[in-house]
Amino acid sequence: MLEATKDSFRKLNPVSLMKNPVIFIVGIGAVLTTVVVFTNIFQGSFSGFNFQIAIWLWFTVLFANFSEAIAEGRGKAQADSLRKNRTETLARKMNGTKEEAVPAPQLKKGDVVVCETGDVIPSDGEVIEGIASVDESAITGESAPVIRESGGDRSAVTGGTKVISDRILIRITCEPGDTFIDRMISLVEGAQRKKTPNEIALSILLSGLSIIFLLAVVTLPAFFAYSLKASGLPMTQNLTIPVLIALLVCLIPTTIGGLLSAIGISGMDRLLQRNVIATSGRAIEAAGDVDVLLLDKTGTITLGNRMATNFVPAEGVSPEELADAAQLSSLSDETPEGRSIVVLAKEKFGLRARDVQQHNAVFIPFTAQSRMSGVDLTGDDGKIRHIRKGSSEAIRNFILNQDGFFPKNVEDTVTELAQMGATPLVVAEDDKVLGVIHLKDIVKGGIKQRFEQLRSMGIKTVMITGDNALTAAAIAAEAGVDDFMAEAKPEDKLQRIRDEQASGRLVGMIGDGTNDAPALAQADVGIAMNSGTQAAREAGNMIDLDSNPTKLIEVVEVGKQLLMTRGALTTFSIANDVAKYFAIIPAIAIALYSGKSGVGPLSALNIMHLGSPESAILSAIIFNALIIVLLVPLALKGVKYKPISASKALSQNLIIYGLGGLVAPFIGIKIIDMLINLF
Amino acid sequence: MTTNDWMQILLFLVLLIGLTPILGTYMYKVFSGKKHFMLPVLGWLERFTYKFSGVKADEETNWKGYAFGLLVFNLLGFIVVFLLQLFQAQLPFNPAHLPAVSWHSAFNTAVSFMTNTNWQGYAGETTLSYTVQLLGLTVQNFVSAATGIAVILAVIKGLSRKTTDLIGNFWVDITRATVYILLPLSILFAIFLVGQGVVQNFSPYETAHTLQGQTQVIPMGPAASQIAIKQLGTNGGGFFNTNSAHPFENPTPLSNFLEMLCILLIPAAMTYMYGKMVGSVRHGWIIFSAMFLLMIAGLGISLYGEFSSNPFFAHLPLMEGKETRFGITNSVMWSTFTTDASNGSVNCMHDSLSPLSGMVAMINLMLGEVIFGGVGSGLYGMVVFIILTVFIAGLMVGRTPEYLGKKIEAFEMKMAMIAVLAPNVAILIPTAWAAVSQMGLSSLNNAGPHGFSEILYAFSSAAGNNGSAFAGLNANTPFWNVMLGIVMLIGRFGVIFPVLAIAGSLAKKKIAPPSEGTFRTDNWLFVGLLIGVILIVGGLTHFPGLALGPIVEHLLMNSGVAF
Amino acid sequence: MKTIKIALRIFLLLTLITGVAYPLAITGIAQALLPQKANGSLIHQQNKVIGSSLIGQAMDSSIYFSPRPSAIGYNPLPSGGSNLSLTSAKLIKQVKDRKADFLKKNGTNNPSSIPSEMLFASASGLDPHISPKAAEWQVNRIAKNRNFNSVQKLKLLQLIQEHTEQPQCGILGEARVNVLELNLALDKIKE
Repeated sequence: MLEATKDSFRKLNPVSLMKNPVIFIVGIGAVLTTVVVFTNIFQGSFSGFNFQIAIWLWFTVLFANFSEAIAEGRGKAQADSLRKNRTETLARKMNGTKEEAVPAPQLKKGDVVVCETGDVIPSDGEVIEGIASVDESAITGESAPVIRESGGDRSAVTGGTKVISDRILIRITCEPGDTFIDRMISLVEGAQRKKTPNEIALSILLSGLSIIFLLAVVTLPAFFAYSLKASGLPMTQNLTIPVLIALLVCLIPTTIGGLLSAIGISGMDRLLQRNVIATSGRAIEAAGDVDVLLLDKTGTITLGNRMATNFVPAEGVSPEELADAAQLSSLSDETPEGRSIVVLAKEKFGLRARDVQQHNAVFIPFTAQSRMSGVDLTGDDGKIRHIRKGSSEAIRNFILNQDGFFPKNVEDTVTELAQMGATPLVVAEDDKVLGVIHLKDIVKGGIKQRFEQLRSMGIKTVMITGDNALTAAAIAAEAGVDDFMAEAKPEDKLQRIRDEQASGRLVGMIGDGTNDAPALAQADVGIAMNSGTQAAREAGNMIDLDSNPTKLIEVVEVGKQLLMTRGALTTFSIANDVAKYFAIIPAIAIALYSGKSGVGPLSALNIMHLGSPESAILSAIIFNALIIVLLVPLALKGVKYKPISASKALSQNLIIYGLGGLVAPFIGIKIIDMLINLF
Repeated sequence: MTTNDWMQILLFLVLLIGLTPILGTYMYKVFSGKKHFMLPVLGWLERFTYKFSGVKADEETNWKGYAFGLLVFNLLGFIVVFLLQLFQAQLPFNPAHLPAVSWHSAFNTAVSFMTNTNWQGYAGETTLSYTVQLLGLTVQNFVSAATGIAVILAVIKGLSRKTTDLIGNFWVDITRATVYILLPLSILFAIFLVGQGVVQNFSPYETAHTLQGQTQVIPMGPAASQIAIKQLGTNGGGFFNTNSAHPFENPTPLSNFLEMLCILLIPAAMTYMYGKMVGSVRHGWIIFSAMFLLMIAGLGISLYGEFSSNPFFAHLPLMEGKETRFGITNSVMWSTFTTDASNGSVNCMHDSLSPLSGMVAMINLMLGEVIFGGVGSGLYGMVVFIILTVFIAGLMVGRTPEYLGKKIEAFEMKMAMIAVLAPNVAILIPTAWAAVSQMGLSSLNNAGPHGFSEILYAFSSAAGNNGSAFAGLNANTPFWNVMLGIVMLIGRFGVIFPVLAIAGSLAKKKIAPPSEGTFRTDNWLFVGLLIGVILIVGGLTHFPGLALGPIVEHLLMNSGVAF
Repeated sequence: MKTIKIALRIFLLLTLITGVAYPLAITGIAQALLPQKANGSLIHQQNKVIGSSLIGQAMDSSIYFSPRPSAIGYNPLPSGGSNLSLTSAKLIKQVKDRKADFLKKNGTNNPSSIPSEMLFASASGLDPHISPKAAEWQVNRIAKNRNFNSVQKLKLLQLIQEHTEQPQCGILGEARVNVLELNLALDKIKE
């Protein structure tokens, strides 16, 4: 807070003020008024009124600076914690086969370094050899180590993270000073903050309005000159510069002008709180505009793991028998699928997990070659039971090798389940097929409601999956997505994005793999998961540090909230003008056509019954300054956001900020006027 | 007000609403190149025009080409009207032997008719010969209206096309507007007007020997043909000095009623045509509604002002500057409608209207002539306000603003702001100058705040390309003729060029299909928003001026202060 | 350059269509079908034009109906109103004076207030009409100055009624009397 206050003064520098035309005008006004005050003092007169106007004009500028500073301050704190992780260590650079120590900041793109247990990775890069577990808590806050290996989708490493086991060779992929952390810091600090397209357009609107009101104000003394003459009053009663400036500052949209950059910065900040880093403000705006979300099935829509939901026994086998065998085969299967089979058997048939050690159990783990797992149990009679579960082909081979046969009805069940979008797992004991376990993709709880909300906001959801069309359709229906792409290849994804864009829609997607990179780059909002490849991270315009696919939906919400806040405060600011006119015009025109009484007919416009002309003008300018400060929390927090349709959102915001903007200053100015007149 | 008064208003409004879709559908067919019933009758004329002029009807241009064609064509119109006036003494059909017009008046009038303003700094019957009236003014009445229509057609193309930079063929657009819309309607209406008593001849002025034994020179001329197009094309420049108050221009209550209807007819129908052409008839009606509500509100205030008593004249009906055959209600209706549309013809003297009625007329001008407005120009002015509304309020739905699927971005915003700024600059700065300079002040007819109103009204009228006046102001001086001429140019082209630029930029964009998340521009909420933005952005700028003019005059009148 | 060529040609053609052919056609039709109206609704008497029924004329004589006040004294070159505002002291004085004159001329015996169009100048300065009430107001004065007997006076009242044009199509405009036509008819009242 103190830092922000200091910064507000630092930002009085004309060069930095110039970036914000509305506030710059206020600044010029403040300087001019101050000059008038001092000139008067030198001429031996002092106007307390002018002095107060000058003070409040300076406050207006400072408050606007303050709002920006405080928004930046929140980012700065985050940046500082990031900066701590920036490595100053010596890197072990490979020079041919030789190793040499080089300070980390001197590493160039293409250098190869080696990292072993305990080493801090010196810069961003790609693993080209080896596999290691890496502690990335420095950037993600997540303490569980992650695996990084050469090739595949988990090859990217980030400077500042720490290798906690094994040894890897890393090819550096960025120039010094441009590492991921460096960029994060500069983004968060707002150093690289450029105005977003919508901000530019809005600035044009605000500047245009300012010019219009500037015209209205500079022409007013001439209008007044006519009226003074017609009223038989001396020209010396014409409007003074401080009064004109006060009027101007009240009319130009200072509220939104002062808060505009704070709104933008805090939008970035809100993303950051969700552990998402946007590489540009533009991306956040685009997020608000997204019409279509491409969502990967696994992890976003489904839990990522299949769950057993049913046992379908073979002919002549009882369900209990099947469940028992299935459970036995899965007791030491620590995969979520295996656990779900144990749980299902318990729930359905009351079969408790047994201590199988006593049976001299030998567990057969799943291998890519065998594509089945199971258990060999030695019974009390010394006979060995071979229980296996696996894909139908694997079990078929297993059975046929023992001269068993694969029953027709099991085969039918397998086909049927596959068509329903489920995964059939066949269970066999020795040469006998016992039946099928129905493994199903489980749609995440609440995801359907989420999609409904998105639909009400006008956003279409498309599920992307490698599954076949049947499976995909079944899950799509269950999850309530609008559309799905089955057996989707990366090219299909890219094509789909292009098609949607060609028909005028904005597309958002989240991805991690190298093959996602083209699609991420093509999408209007492309969120790369931090766990993904360097290529993906480069291609996206946002990075999700949590690598959580549902983040896409949250990002959309942040984008919408940002735009809503901007619109709401603009509307509020413009609506304010009505009341300010009614405060200032009767105040400055009170003497006109007043005859002997001194109170002219235009005092009829003083509908707020403000105490005196001076207090009216002061109240308006004070209100104008204070409202900026009062709205800082709103600018930082964003307007209340609910996932509702555009029309509903509009009516709600309009009542609060449109009508509120019209009424609030009437009340505020009246109260301030009453307070001024009390003292 | 009597029952009759209310009935006339009601009848008028019902007819306006009823005719809007009929004419709108016809115009939609004409401008979309669809089959329509006038094609067999006048198709040859359209084709002949292209052949004669070397126009390739299917060759379209980008916005710059369109703007260039428009500029050249209008410049040509200006030069011809300007020269005709300077050399009218040497030209035929000048039975009253009128001398050459002064350079500044000729400049003003040429600009005025080219820009569809039809401000009259001169008195027709004592200034212009029949040759000038026909070859100069009647022609401009047609083509300036056609120019306005062409611009809105370009905007429509910009909105309804995607990823192209072509926004149409200016020559085709003005030809169709003239041949199929303006000409047939004018022929019908002109004949009707003659039937009511409007003169149409090439005779010299008639000298009558009155009952009292004096002589009275009665002016003549081909008036009906010009009056028909002056109302239909929202031009408003009268054949005679007092315009539609003159019995030869507007002889009966029926001619009055239909002329009034013709003022708003095409601009109102444009909203329907627009809706149909951009793919949402509902949106067209929503624009119509916003205009209609603003018009009704203005009419209400104006009627209140005229029918209220005041300390000077008590309950005496305020017949100063009004004609017996029209009475007060028809005069107030006309004054409101003619300023809503950028027509500017008058059937009563606006200078003598009550301060509130005068203020309503002035606000109508200051809002940029978007309450129906001029043919084409009203609607493209409205599109500018729609863009502002969509931008300000559109953000509140959580998307970057879009209008009919087109994203509104920095370039559109810049152009829209120029289009809003230009007329405002043109009103405020010259008003300020005139209010403090002897050149400005010496032309005033009234003292006190009303004198200021005369200045403010004149520049507002010129900037809005309206052409009506607080006519006591003697505007036929070099200062006023030149200043008003410049203001008219800024008010016309300071809007047309940015609007065409917007059309060009929008045409290049994709069209986002509407969804639940789209900001809707076809419901009543939007009507409210649009009205709010028009009043706040368009009107608030002029609150100080209005306060020092009509508002303070109204307050002074009610406390019995005269000047 | 191509644009300029097209502009020149199309401008020429449109000028011929809208500035020549159109007005000539309308004039032709008008002169053929409605010559009286197209030529200014002129009223002839003894081969002389005494005026137009649409253009009001000045009338100061006390044996005729007076028209409305005119800011231009009924000289149509050019037409015009006073353009005085309601807060104009000049207008207020004018109305006051006209009221006094009107009462002086027509007597104060009429109980109803003076129709306002007789106190305010018209828009064109050429308003041919007054309201029937305004005509009735002047009946006593004209009858007296013309030494009408009661039958003639009754006829005079009937004449006003005959010349009263009711609102057009039942509702449009105001009831009105054409002053010139009324005055011409007035001269025809013999006994």
